[in-house]
Amino acid sequence: MSKHVVIIGNGVAGVTAARFIRKLSDFRITIISEESAHFFSRPALMYLFMGHMTWKDVKPYEDGFWEKNRIDLVHDRVEKIDTQAKKLHFRQQQPLSYDVLILATGAQSRFIGWEGEQLEGVQGMVSLEDLNQLEQQAAHIKRAVVIGGGLIGIELAEMLHTRQIPVTFLVREASFFDIVLPPEESEIVNDAIRAHHIDLRLQTETDVILGSDTVEGVRTNTGEEIPCDFVGITIGVTPNINLVKDSPIETNRGVLVDALLQTNVPDVYAIGDCNEFREDGIGHRRVDLLWYTAREHGKAVAKTICGHPTRYDRGVFFNSAKFFNVEWQTYGQVPAKLPDGVATLVWQDKTVPRLIRMNYNKADHIVLGFNTLNIRLRHDVCEQWLLEERPLDYVLKHLRAANFDPEFFRSYEEALLYQFNQQNPERPVQLKPRPSLLQRLFS
Amino acid sequence: MSGYDVSLQLTSPTHGFTGKERVGLGLVGLGVLSLVAAFFGAASVNPLAFSLVSFGLLGVGAWVYFQRYRERPAGIDNDGLVFSSSTARGALGWVLGVVLTGGYILLYWWPETIAGLIQLANPIVAWIGYGEDVYSKRWVFYGMVYTFAVVVMGIRMLYKYRHNRYQILRTISVVFFQLGFGFILPYLLVMFNKPEFYFHYFWPLKYDYLWPSGVNWLSNSAAIGVFMVFWGGVMTVIATPILTYFYGKRWYCSWVCGCGGLAETAGDPFRHLSDKSLNAWKIERWMIYSVLVFVVVTTGMLWVNSATQGAVLGGLSQKFAQWYGFGIGLVFAGVVGVGFYPIMGSRVWCRFGCPMAAILGIQQKFFSRFRITTNGGQCISCGNCSTYCEMGIDVRWYAQRGQNIVRASCVGCGVCSAVCPRGVLKLENGSRTARYNGPVLIHEDRVSVQTDASWQMGRGTAPSVLEDIPILTDNS
Ligand SMILES: Cc1cc2nc3c(=O)[nH]c(=O)nc-3n(C[C@H](O)[C@H](O)[C@H](O)COP(=O)(O)OP(=O)(O)OC[C@H]3O[C@@H](n4cnc5c(N)ncnc54)[C@H](O)[C@@H]3O)c2cc1C
Ligand code: SF4
Ligand code: SF4
Repeated sequence: MSKHVVIIGNGVAGVTAARFIRKLSDFRITIISEESAHFFSRPALMYLFMGHMTWKDVKPYEDGFWEKNRIDLVHDRVEKIDTQAKKLHFRQQQPLSYDVLILATGAQSRFIGWEGEQLEGVQGMVSLEDLNQLEQQAAHIKRAVVIGGGLIGIELAEMLHTRQIPVTFLVREASFFDIVLPPEESEIVNDAIRAHHIDLRLQTETDVILGSDTVEGVRTNTGEEIPCDFVGITIGVTPNINLVKDSPIETNRGVLVDALLQTNVPDVYAIGDCNEFREDGIGHRRVDLLWYTAREHGKAVAKTICGHPTRYDRGVFFNSAKFFNVEWQTYGQVPAKLPDGVATLVWQDKTVPRLIRMNYNKADHIVLGFNTLNIRLRHDVCEQWLLEERPLDYVLKHLRAANFDPEFFRSYEEALLYQFNQQNPERPVQLKPRPSLLQRLFS
Repeated sequence: MSGYDVSLQLTSPTHGFTGKERVGLGLVGLGVLSLVAAFFGAASVNPLAFSLVSFGLLGVGAWVYFQRYRERPAGIDNDGLVFSSSTARGALGWVLGVVLTGGYILLYWWPETIAGLIQLANPIVAWIGYGEDVYSKRWVFYGMVYTFAVVVMGIRMLYKYRHNRYQILRTISVVFFQLGFGFILPYLLVMFNKPEFYFHYFWPLKYDYLWPSGVNWLSNSAAIGVFMVFWGGVMTVIATPILTYFYGKRWYCSWVCGCGGLAETAGDPFRHLSDKSLNAWKIERWMIYSVLVFVVVTTGMLWVNSATQGAVLGGLSQKFAQWYGFGIGLVFAGVVGVGFYPIMGSRVWCRFGCPMAAILGIQQKFFSRFRITTNGGQCISCGNCSTYCEMGIDVRWYAQRGQNIVRASCVGCGVCSAVCPRGVLKLENGSRTARYNGPVLIHEDRVSVQTDASWQMGRGTAPSVLEDIPILTDNS
């Protein structure tokens, strides 16, 4: 009998681990999930509600894929892990033994304990169940309040907006997502939110959620009462460690792991949103709740389990999101507040919401990171420049090489260079000339 | 729970119409009524006035309705598309499908039953001096309706994708080619007693241009006819492979072709209905290459027959030609190709039947600089790209693995790139080395992991052990 690898959670972390284990080995593989029979893209949940896609469309693999690749699927909830007997106990089906266990249980909505959180009509937006719950009510919602100005909050506001539901969006910060976005970026997103007729309330905190059985309104810290019949709480997500809380597997915020993604119990690993690194590693935070990092965890753990111990390293940071009609991409380090010793070059289009920013060291001009809104950059080129620690004038000169906008889109490089040269007449930079048509045709 | 439960939608999630949208739809409704009246013969009195009023109402109504796109902030706007009866194979979609399919059947085989409608073409027919009988006239009527649909729905495209210059230029191009080369120029030629010739259609899509009958017909019409034969030959044999080498088949399929023009304009609301399954892809390959073989064999036989004056093949080649014209030219390209828009998406013909697409596809796959580049690790597997690919390509399959998309069937419409919420896809032409895999740095097997001694590999280099193992059920 070959080794039996059991994965709890069929999100991107668990599924990536399974795919790579299958690539590298002949182990028996089982994936368990209570949420859905098949893997789906969690970031695509919003598109189901908005009517862009159907359930079939958000599943990255056809249903037959799993059997073809000899990956067993179990659609049930694991109630208990017996690490001694190496056995899982389920809600419905018979216990299952494992040789290697991978925890990939994801994350869950964070609730803060506001009065009224348990009322009907109050919910988070993380799981398929959340979405179905929202769908059930959607037809009756006259006015909605979304609490929490993060990535999920803005998605929920957009979702409700597409169903013609008026939304009040309560954001604690002075500007949307300004703990991550620098001021110019944040301002552009504020504008986009307002352009979609969302009632954006900045610097507004929730005091209490009002109602007796069902929600009737929200009282804010300014004492204002906003009547509503739906409240979305999107103040963040937190690793889902419910299953392992009472087991010998150590947890803090998440399931604690080392750089090889191993827990304190032999043959038990934890990947994706549910884990927390015991120590700071290269480039990674201890808890990362991202699609990309979950996927990389899955690859790394697969190699380790298949006999090639592989330390996880997040590499050069990157991320992206879409705020209504504003696409955001980021590569490297572009914190919301400019650190000491770091300078920034930012260019904004005057007519359309479009921005590009580069942060660089004041001392040696080495570029540290890129931020763009509605400008697409080439991931591999940016990553290469950051790894090679290229100085700003080199990056500016070659900026066209990083352009990933669709063909015929208006270029911004000339305008950015012009602005830079105006601001820094002592060290002007020339854009590398565009190759001629012939050169382009035969490159 | 096993999925997103749409039955939880207690009422239709698609919103009610705004005042302006109602006005637009009302005008369109009046236009349709006026067409119904024409069907019953009402246009006999004054076809010109009737024509102007009918198409005027339809056009203005549609234009008013499309303002909905302009009034919302520019950006991808597919809200409610999969809930709406007309675009999600609901009752309206089926009605539309039946009307379109039925319309084609009547037009092709029983035009006399819709003689009332066909009269609407009378003014043009009289002006250019086309055949007055209903059998000739119907083609002018068809061209009129077809071009009208491309222009009106092209305007919708321009509003809907006004933030995207690739879509704007491409739409202007297909509308220009349909209007100019697919409608005005051929009838101008007729007006001046020259052959009705479509300079933007070539063999094998317009198969008879290189069949003996077509060549004879053209070359017997004076010098210009000889030029037309020459033009068709040069385009098929020389220009097509060269352009496809540099730009991919998109230079034709989504920028020039009239069938593509209709699909890219009138078909846009239905593009997500194309089947993305592996099975559909299998069927597609069988069908499209069979049609290609069919047209090549038929063309060859016709020429052998014509050279030997029927000595070798007798009537067989004519039988082939008749069957090709009926089965592929009429039933597949017309009835199914357009009639099934609301059921199977906008590119049924282009995907499963068009021999031109088959040839261009082979060139694109093996001898072209075109590819869709995937942007490293940014893909979140959401599926927008695959859903909105009218050719049924599972774009996400490649994108989520960091692999470039090089597929014979891709018509380069650019919509996958437009709808991607993470900026992952870029259509581009470039060096043919590493065309398939994209930059190694970001390939699926690129491992952003630190290594210990037993697993030595350079940063950013894929470990060879992974390369050797076939990647699951790789369908590429
Ligand atoms: C609305 C939304 C939008 C997002 N958008 C983005 C984005 O744009 N970009 C980005 O980088 N990230 C995004 N994220 C975050 C991203 O989706 C997650 O980081 C990623 O899905 C984590 O994957 P995972 O495999 O770790 O866990 P999950 O996808 O959460 O999967 C965990 C699975 O385990 C199951 N499970 C848990 N406990 C048990 C048990 N006891 N028994 C059986 N099954 C169990 C759960 O039901 C769940 O199905 C978004 C998240 C949300 C909620
Ligand atoms: S792959 Fe993209 S560009 Fe090609 S046909 Fe599909 S949607 Fe259009
Ligand atoms: S390429 Fe873009 S649209 Fe396609 S699955 Fe990935 S993120 Fe979604």
